[in-house]
Amino acid sequence: MDLTFNESESAFRDELRAWIKANHPGDEPAGEDEGYAFRREWQRQLYEAGWAAVHWPTEYGGRDATLVEAAIFNEELARARAPFPANVLGLLLAGPTLMIWGDDEQKQRYLDPIMSGEEIWCQGFSEPEAGSDLASLKSKAVRDGDDWLVTGQKVWTSGAQYSKWCMLVARTDFDAPKHKGLTYFILDMEQEGVEVRPLRQITGDPEFNELFLENARIPAANVVGGEGNGWTVALTTLMNERAGLAFGLQVGMKVALDELTEELAASGKLDDPMIADELGALHIKCEILRLTAYRGLTATMKYGQPGPEGSLTKWMWSQGNQELMQFATKALGPQALTGGSSWGRAMLRSRGNSIEGGTTEVLKNIIAERVLGLPRKK
Amino acid sequence: MNFDFTEDQHEIKRTARELLAKRSGLEQVREAAEGEAYDESLFTELRELGWTGIAIDEQYGGAGLGVVELMILCEELGYALAASPFLANALGGLMIEHAGSDEQRAKWLPGIASGEATATVAFASGAASEVVPDADGAAVIVLIEGDAATLIARGEAEVEPVSTIDPTRRYARVTANGGEPLAGDVAGALARAEVALSAEMVGIAQRTQEMGIEYAKERKQFDTPIGAFQAVSHRCAQMLFDTEGARSATYFGGWAADADPSQLALASAIAKAAACEAAISVTASSIQIHGGIGFTWEADVHWFFKRAQLDAAMLGGASKQRARVTQLTAASLASAGAA
Repeated sequence: MDLTFNESESAFRDELRAWIKANHPGDEPAGEDEGYAFRREWQRQLYEAGWAAVHWPTEYGGRDATLVEAAIFNEELARARAPFPANVLGLLLAGPTLMIWGDDEQKQRYLDPIMSGEEIWCQGFSEPEAGSDLASLKSKAVRDGDDWLVTGQKVWTSGAQYSKWCMLVARTDFDAPKHKGLTYFILDMEQEGVEVRPLRQITGDPEFNELFLENARIPAANVVGGEGNGWTVALTTLMNERAGLAFGLQVGMKVALDELTEELAASGKLDDPMIADELGALHIKCEILRLTAYRGLTATMKYGQPGPEGSLTKWMWSQGNQELMQFATKALGPQALTGGSSWGRAMLRSRGNSIEGGTTEVLKNIIAERVLGLPRKK
Repeated sequence: MNFDFTEDQHEIKRTARELLAKRSGLEQVREAAEGEAYDESLFTELRELGWTGIAIDEQYGGAGLGVVELMILCEELGYALAASPFLANALGGLMIEHAGSDEQRAKWLPGIASGEATATVAFASGAASEVVPDADGAAVIVLIEGDAATLIARGEAEVEPVSTIDPTRRYARVTANGGEPLAGDVAGALARAEVALSAEMVGIAQRTQEMGIEYAKERKQFDTPIGAFQAVSHRCAQMLFDTEGARSATYFGGWAADADPSQLALASAIAKAAACEAAISVTASSIQIHGGIGFTWEADVHWFFKRAQLDAAMLGGASKQRARVTQLTAASLASAGAA
C-alpha cells in the first residue's frame, strides 16, 4: 500500500495547481446560458493549455494520464472551485466510447472537437417508457438507402440545447430479444427532424431536455460498434460514467461539507452535540467515498476496465450528498431555504442524485447480481 | 498511489485464512463458546508462528512489521471468529510499544511478542473497568482514563471474571491497586489499537456478509432462491456497502499508522466509527436474511453478532468517534483558515 502520490503524480498535481491558479476563470455567472458559455470558454482555455482531456491517449491529443492523474485532475478542479468543462459528456463518455468502439474515421472526425469544446455532445439513452429498463427503449431506426431514419422520444437529455452531436441508442431490430436489437448512433442535432424542448426540474431550472425525433437522418457511417451491438456499446458509456465522475463528485461533496462545517462553527452550532454527531457522520461518509474510489482505481489499474464496483461509489456519493444537503438545511435553519441562500437549491438538486446515471435501486441490483453473484431479480 | 496490499501482505492474508479455516472452524468456535474456554493449542500455534509479535520491534523479539500486517491478521481472526486472547494482547502491546518508556517496553514487550506473558487494554473510570477482554490470563493490563493510561502488573490488580453476551471471548472486571503511568503518546498508541480492533470488525462483517449471501442463494421460498427477491438482494448489497466502506477506512488507518502518522488521529476515528457500525449492521442483517434459522442457537451467525456488540463497545463506540471526527475536522479547517 502506498497512498501517497509518487514523484510524477505530485509533479502533475503541482503543474496543474499552478496553472489553475494562474488561469482560474472566477465565479460562474448566473443563468443557464451564461453559465454554459462560461464553461465552454473555460474548456477552450483548458484545451489550449493541453488540460482538457488528460486521461485521453496522446495520439488523440490527451496527456495519456494515468487513472490516478485523471483523479487528481478532477480533485484539483473541484478543490479550486473551478468549473467543470462544458463538454463533460463528450470528454467522459462519448470520447472514451469512440476510442473503444469507433472506427478510424470516427476517431479522426469527432475526438478533437470534443476536446476543444467546439462540438458539444449529449446522451440520448433514457426514454419516457425506458428509464431503469433502458434496454426496452422504443426509439426506432429504419434503413433509408445509405442512411437511417430515427423516430422517437428521449428525456433527461442534459445539454441538448447546446449540442452538435448526440450519443443515441435506438432499436434497429424489433424481432430480436430486447438487448440485441439496439444500435448506437452518432446523431447530428442540427437538422429538421430533431426538436429540443427544455424540461423544467424541481429546482425550476431547465438543466435537462426532452428530445423529439421525427425521421431524423443518420448516415450509416455514424453507427458505432456495429448494427445490433448498441447495448454493449452503451454499457461502455455507462461504466465510464459511473467510474469517471466519482472523484470530482466526491470533492464537490467535501467542499460543500467543509463550507457547512465552517458556517456551523461560526454560528456556534457545532457546540450542539446532536449537530456535531450528524456532521461527523457525514465527514466519515465523504472520506469513505474518497478512499473507496481510490481502491476502485487501484483495482481498475490492475484488472483493466472499470467494473461494476463503480456502482458502489456512485451509490455512496448520491446517498451521502443527499444526506449532506438535507442536514445542511436542517442545521442552518429556515434561512437556508430562502432565496438568498444557495443551500435550499442545492438540497432540491440533490434529489436527482439517486436517479441520474442509474437509480440507486438499479445500482443495488447490479451489485447484487454482478458483484455478489445473487440470482437475477424477480 | 496504490491502494492494495503488497505481495507479501497478500501472502500473510492467504496463509492466515487457510490456517484459521483448519484450526478455527465454526465448530471449534462453538466448542470454545459453549465450553466457555479457549482451545489453548490454537493460541500456542499462533504464538509459535510468530503472529503475536508481528508488529513488535525486533529488539523485543517481534517481527518488526507494521500495523498493516497486524491489521491483516486481526481481520482474518475476526473472519474466523477465533476464540483466543490474540486481539487483547495485540492491543495492549500497541499501547506499551507506542506509549511506554524504554524500561516498560523492555520489561513487557518480549512476553507480549512471544505470547507467554500477555497484555490487555480497556477504558476505565476511577481505576476500575467493568469489561476488560482477556484480563484474567494477562500478565499486564493497561487502563485508559481520559488522556492518561496506567500500566498495571497482574499482581497489582483485582481481576474478577464476568460473563458477557459474547462467550467467544473471556472478559473480566479489573480494579487497579497500583500501577505506573504510560507517559508517552497515549493518543497515538490508542489510535493504532483502534485500527487493529476495527480490522477484527471488518473480518466479522465480511464473514457474515458471505454467510448471508450464501444462504440467500440456497434458501428457496415461493419456489425461488430468496436472493432473487429485491427486498433480500438489496439488503445484501447494503451489507457490501457497509463492509467495503469500513474496509476502506480501516485499511487507510493502517496505512496512516505506518506511513503517515499525521493523518492517523482522524483516520483511526473514521475507521473505528465505520467498523463499529458495519459490524453491527451487517451481522444483524445476516441474522435477518437467515430468517427463523438465524434466530436459533444452532445457526452460527449469532456468535458474530455477539462479538460485534462487544467489539463495538470496546475503546469507545461510534458516537464518540463521530464527535472526534467533527472536532478534528473543524480544528483543521480553522487552522487552515487562520494560516
